[in-house]
Parts: sequence; C-alpha cells; structure tokens
Amino acid sequence: MDNNKRKTLNNLTVPLLSVLLGFLIAGFLMLAFGQNPLDGYRALFNGSFGSPFYIGETLRQTAPLIMTALGFAVANIAGFFNIGIAGQALLGWICSVWFALSFPDLPGFLLLPLSMLAGVAAGALWAGIAGFLRAYFGTSEVIVTIMLNYVALDGGNYLIRNVITDSRDASERIPEAANLRMEWLTELTQNSTLHSGIFIALIMAVIMWVLLRKTTLGFEIRSVGMNPNAAKYAGMSAERTIIISMLLSGALAGMGGAMEGLGNFRNIFVQGAVPSLGFDGLAVALLGLSNPFGIVLASLLFGALKIGGTSMPLATGIPIEIVDIIIALIIFFVGANYVIRFFIDRRSRQTAGPAEGHAADQASGTTETLTGTGEKSSSEDEVNH
Amino acid sequence: MSQRETVIEMRGITKQFGDFKANDNINLSVQKGEIHALLGENGAGKSTLMNVLSGILEPTSGEIYVNGKKAEIDSPNKANQLGIGMVHQHFMLVDDFTVTENIILGSEKTKAGVIDAKAARKEIQELSDRYGLMVDPSARVEDISVGMQQRAEILKVLYRGADILIFDEPTAVLTPQEIDELINIMHSLTKEGKSIILITHKLDEIKRVADRCTVIRRGKSIGTVNVEATSQQELANMMVGRAVTFKVDKKPATPKETILSIQDLVVKDNRKLDAVKGLNLEVKAGEVVGIAGIDGNGQSELIEAISGLRPVESGKIILEGKEIQNKKPREITESGFGHIPEDRHRVGLVLPMSVKENIVLQTYYQEPFSKNGILNDKAIEEYSAKLVEEFDVRTQSIANPVASLSGGNQQKAIIAREVDRDPSFLIAAQPTRGLDVGAIEYIHSRLVEQRDKGRAVLLVSFELDEIMNVSDRIAVMYEGKIVGIVRPEETNEEELGLLMAGSSLEKARAATQSPDGKEKR
Repeated sequence: MDNNKRKTLNNLTVPLLSVLLGFLIAGFLMLAFGQNPLDGYRALFNGSFGSPFYIGETLRQTAPLIMTALGFAVANIAGFFNIGIAGQALLGWICSVWFALSFPDLPGFLLLPLSMLAGVAAGALWAGIAGFLRAYFGTSEVIVTIMLNYVALDGGNYLIRNVITDSRDASERIPEAANLRMEWLTELTQNSTLHSGIFIALIMAVIMWVLLRKTTLGFEIRSVGMNPNAAKYAGMSAERTIIISMLLSGALAGMGGAMEGLGNFRNIFVQGAVPSLGFDGLAVALLGLSNPFGIVLASLLFGALKIGGTSMPLATGIPIEIVDIIIALIIFFVGANYVIRFFIDRRSRQTAGPAEGHAADQASGTTETLTGTGEKSSSEDEVNH
Repeated sequence: MSQRETVIEMRGITKQFGDFKANDNINLSVQKGEIHALLGENGAGKSTLMNVLSGILEPTSGEIYVNGKKAEIDSPNKANQLGIGMVHQHFMLVDDFTVTENIILGSEKTKAGVIDAKAARKEIQELSDRYGLMVDPSARVEDISVGMQQRAEILKVLYRGADILIFDEPTAVLTPQEIDELINIMHSLTKEGKSIILITHKLDEIKRVADRCTVIRRGKSIGTVNVEATSQQELANMMVGRAVTFKVDKKPATPKETILSIQDLVVKDNRKLDAVKGLNLEVKAGEVVGIAGIDGNGQSELIEAISGLRPVESGKIILEGKEIQNKKPREITESGFGHIPEDRHRVGLVLPMSVKENIVLQTYYQEPFSKNGILNDKAIEEYSAKLVEEFDVRTQSIANPVASLSGGNQQKAIIAREVDRDPSFLIAAQPTRGLDVGAIEYIHSRLVEQRDKGRAVLLVSFELDEIMNVSDRIAVMYEGKIVGIVRPEETNEEELGLLMAGSSLEKARAATQSPDGKEKR
C-alpha cells in the first residue's frame, strides 16, 4: 500500500511541478518586458476568483472543459487518440441548439434534457464513426477524427446558414425552457454567465470515475487500452470496447458543446474554426493525468487562466497572450516531464536491483506502461497501421 | 590457467540502490581467452554487475582493472574504447536495415561525406569469415533467422574492436542446433584471443562451454569454480543456496478419456501461409503431452487456433465432445480451457494493472467478482489474496502493478489464475522461459499436479529438458504437422533433435542407434 501512496505522490509531482514552472517562467517573461509579475498574477487571480462574478465566469468556463477533457481521457484510457473532440463538441453545440429551436413548445422538463441529449447523441455518433472504422477496418482514428473535424465545421456552418436559419450567420436565441442558466446562480454570482452545466460536469466526473474504476466496462476499457493482446486473450471483445469507448468519448464532448449552446451562448453562430474547447480539453486531460478528479482540478486552473487572463491587460498592461504562454509552458513541462520520466523509469528498471535480470520484463514492461498512461504510443501505432 | 594474463579484474564492487545492495563486494576476474560464466538466479545481481562493467552504471564502491590498468568506466563509450562489448539478449537491430547497415550504425566510416558501404561490407565479410559466423552482410535483418540476427549482434561488437565480449543469456531464443553453432563460435572467438563473459542461469550450457564460473547469489559472489571439476548439481546448489532436484518427481501417468482431439487442422500464419498443415493430435485426461519442435514450425499458430485467437481454416478442434474451432476466446475459456500463454508480457498479463486485477482477467464479469456490471472489489481482493498465498506469488501487495513482480512470480500469478479455474484442458506454452531453477521446479510440479488431478495438459516448449522431464508423451512438430509421437523413456535428445529437424521416426531411430551416434548425455 505504501508503494501505492508513493506512486500517487510521484504522479502528482509532474503536473504540480509543471504548473509551478509554467508560472515561474512566465513571471520571468513579464520581468523581461518590464512588468511586475506579482502585479500580473494578482490581477490574474483577482480576475478569476476575486469576486463572485469572476468566480462565476471561471466556473462557467470550467464546466465544458471538464466534459471535453473527460471525453478525451476515456478514449485515451482505451488506447485511442481522439483528436476530434473539438468537432464532436461543435456538433453537440449545433444539434442541442437546433433541437431546442425546433421544438420550442415542449415543456421545460422535457426540452432541456432532450436538447442536451441531442447534443450528446451528435457527439457520440461523430466519434462513433471513427470507432467503428477503427474496430472493423483498423483505420487510424487520429486521421479520421481530424478529417471529421473539418466535416463538422463546414457541414455545421452549412446547417446554420441554410437549415437552422434563413441564410444568416447566427441562429435565434434558444427558448427560455431550454436554458441551462438558473436565476439563483446568476444572482449569487452577480450576473455572471454561470449556468448549471458545472453541476452536470462534476456529476459526470464522478460517474466517469466510477465507470472506469468500479465497473466491468471500465475494466475492459482499461485492459484494452493497456494491453489489447491480453484483453483479447482474456476473452474481451476489442471491437466492442473500442466502439463503446469512442461513443462515450464523443458523448462527453457533445455534452460539453451542448453546455456552450444551452448555457453560455444560448444560440449557434457560424464558426471560423472548431472550438478551442476541444483542444484545451486534450491539454486538460494530459495535465489531469486522465483521472476524472485530476481533470476537474486542471479544468478549474485552465478556466481561471482563461477568464483571469482577460483582466490582466486592463489592470497591469500585461498582454493577454502571456496567459497562452503560461498554458503552453505548462503543457510543455507536462510533456517534457513525461519524456524525462519515461527515460528515468526505463533506466531504473534496467538497473534497479530486484527487477534486474528480467530483461524481457523491462522490454515489454516499459512500452506497455506507456500505452496505459500516455497517448503517444497509441498515436504512433495508428500511424503505422 | 594461472599463467594466463588477467584482462578484467573487478574488485569489491558494490552497487547500492537506496537501501538495497544489488551488488555487495563482488570480485570477478576474467583471463585472456577464457569463457567465464556468470551464474545466478534472476535478480541475483548479474546484470547490475555487467552494467557496471559496460559503463551503464557507476559502482558505489570498488575498482575495475582492464588489462592490469585501473579504469574508470563512466560511459558505454568508454567501455567500447577499452574493448568491452555487450551482445544483448534482446537484439538491438533495425529490421529494415541490412546487416551491414546495422553493424556500422553509430560508427559509420565515410568517404567524402558519404558512407563507404562497400568497404564496410568487405570488412564485415572478413570478420564473419574469420570467426565462422556465416552472416550475409547484405541481407536485411527482417529476412534472416534469429540465430543469424544474434551472430550479426556479435559481429557488431567485434566490428567495434571488442576483445572482451559479454553475452547476456545468449541461448534464450535459440534452437538446439543454433546453440551448438553459437558454442562453436564462442570457441573460435576465444581461440583468437578474445575473452567471453557469459551471463546465464542454464547449468548445462555452463558445463558445455565455460572454463570457469563465478556464482552470484543475492548480490554477493559465492565463489569462482573450475567448471570441469564441478558438477551441475553443485553449481545449482551454489546458485540457489540449497539442494535442488532436477528430476520432476512424478508417478507414471494413468491416461483416461480423450479430452482434446484435433483433426486435420489447418491454420494460416500472419503472412496468410499455411502454418499448421493438417495436424492431428489427442490429449487424454491425466496425461501431459509435450510438443517438441523448433520455433516457427506452427506451434504458436496451433496454440492460438485452439484458444480462439486465430481463425481455423479447416479441420476440427474438439474439447470434451464439443467443437470449439472458430469460437470466441471467452466461449472456449468457459468450456473448460486454461492457457498459460507463450509470452506472458505481450499476452498473459496487463502489466500496469494490479496483481488482483490480473488474477480476475478472465472472470471479472462473473459473480462474485461483479454483479450487474459493477465490480465487487472485496470479492476480487479476497480471491486474489487467497491465490497469491496458495501459489506463493511473492508481492508486497496485491494492489501493486503486476509489472513490479519478478518474472517467476508473474508466471506463478498466471498459473494461479489458469489452474484455479479448474479447466479440464490446460495449455502451458513455454511456461518456464527465462525463469530460474527454483521457479522452474515449482511450475513443473504444478503441471504434474494438474495431470494427477485428471486434467489434460498440453506442454509446448523449446526446452528439450523440460519436454523430456514433464511429458508423458512427446509429439514432435515439424512444418505444421506432428511427425512422430514418442515416449520420453524410450527416446533421447538426439533422436528428438533429428525428428525436430524433419527426419522420420524410423530414420531417427536408425541414426541414433548406430554405435557412433549413441547417448551423448
């Protein structure tokens, strides 16, 4: 058990250190441009947690991030690199709004959940295409989902212009019954855009943790992700697991998109690119080590950075780009640490006493550990297929 | 021997990892032109010591002398310069490259900025001829046999000018014939004045090739002995620290009804060529049938077909009266099939997962381990704790990843899982590969125990000793067919070797019974 605790601690060091280093280096950057980093960070903090309004905004930003990150993580744990989260989230957004606009007369207790569900279904279907192709034809899900991002973007814009609206760039606002916002939340946070999506996101994080850790399906997903050969040998259906995990992944992403549509913007408009929500989710999942609770914390950090960053230029004159640099640095260090640890692990395995001599153990051991915790190996595999 | 010059002298080498001493005051001296075996169980500290010698690890204390001069070997490059080279157990070759390209990789000689492949090829050919390595320098690695790949590794080390060669478990992947070739090569190397350190835990190999042997146990050097004057039994006792029995203690088999019957089975390999070509075989309750054969004669495809991991083209596999060919793995498992897979890391275990999760890898969906799709952690823990205890799987905790266990304990965990499900038919494929004497003893006795409980056991192994010791009948597999079935008490390794190389039973019998070809061992 002691070993496990130490492992958890070790696992936490990487993300914590990465965050710290990210802030530290960005601080030096501010110094280099003649700004006081302490002022900058104070403004950043005040702009994200400084008042109920900012807290509300931060949480609103956090909710869909949790969803897209959970979505990415599920696929990742099953061994797939779902880079199409963004497209799936966009479709979730479009379809939830479209549904809400199409059935404005439904009562609220039906319209809201059904609109939500429309978004979930759209995201699941979109990711499911890649899952199906992967399971039965061995097609790389990386390439398929990247391409589906473009289809979602351009197809979505076509829908908005020609089907949802009459050649306009933005849809009507959704009916009040489909609104995720709640009056008490708005009042509590002094008219912020906070909506109930944050509760849904937190519940989903708990559900995903239970699903992955406590159910047979989660057991299958983890087994297939960490060692597909052993999973097959043990009688699990790799095809079924692949498709289910991709459906889940897309469903979560779609739900994140639906939150944007039903809670934040409350309409849909023509997009220039797939929402950054998708790619931020990928980064959050990486920082959160694909663990649902880690993802909640990482989402909160990213949400705070994004919201707080907007206050920084006003308060101190530090450009908002510095926030993007912080985020980039954090991701960089998570990634770099990952590489460094990979080598440290390999080295200690090769040389450490007790495990010494099991040369075969090391060889397959390291790669398999990799497949389990990271997405690198899986994406590389795909390219080779 | 004492007049020979000493090329390597390691004095008082200690290597500490935290509190753990992987090497504790080890002494080793290697003389010019000798084959010096380094014997020890898995985890005894052999590899650590060799990593120190080849510059991968720095010792905590101790001194190394190379050719009488004190040397600071702080990097693999330094070891290279001193003429120390390692032939790795897992070949470090690029499959798409030719042998020449692989060998010059990292020390390419150039002419006007362009790699001088022609000169390199010539040099490698000369080296190959000189030591009788028979390697084709322009062949692509993926096209050559495992044995030749290993010889390419040897060439690589020689090409870099090594005088002291470290062989890390070199025979693990070789067939008996390839082992013979390797031994010849080792002798021709020492004849040319090279020195060899042979890391191994196989006693018969040491007897066959080594001049002296240093035994390491739990990080300490137990002693260096002259191999000729020492018996295998003595070496084994030194290595394990207690008396070891080699013979598997078993009563004669009492085979009963047929459990598994394979009829005219045809299975294709990954290249879509027939690998199993109309194979027939029966395994009865209460017997161990051993499949002997050189790697690549369809054994893996046969096992995969039986276990449902590979499609059957034609023919039948009947398990307890039920046809199971082309059924799903889960269905086959549920009809009473246990499988100790050939490759425990690639197939048998999910290494990053915990011991307990690996224990229920096939049964997690059944009660009491789960109900309505929800896992029952308590039931899983209780069951795993019971098996870990019963099968003596040594782990700090059943929650630790199975990757943290030693190879022997990983294998015990698999055996616990497969045997405890109480299958009527059990396949054990290479069950003791890479394990040390103690673990082998244990696993063999477990297999015989299954047999005595009236189960049918199919043992597939490249180790003839194992086949001879454990099986009640031996089926020799050659090019996808069973070419002969013999009883272990009526045959010998030589006859099996001939059968494995494709000659008929009559021919093999005739050859081994002629006066000059009799009883080698």
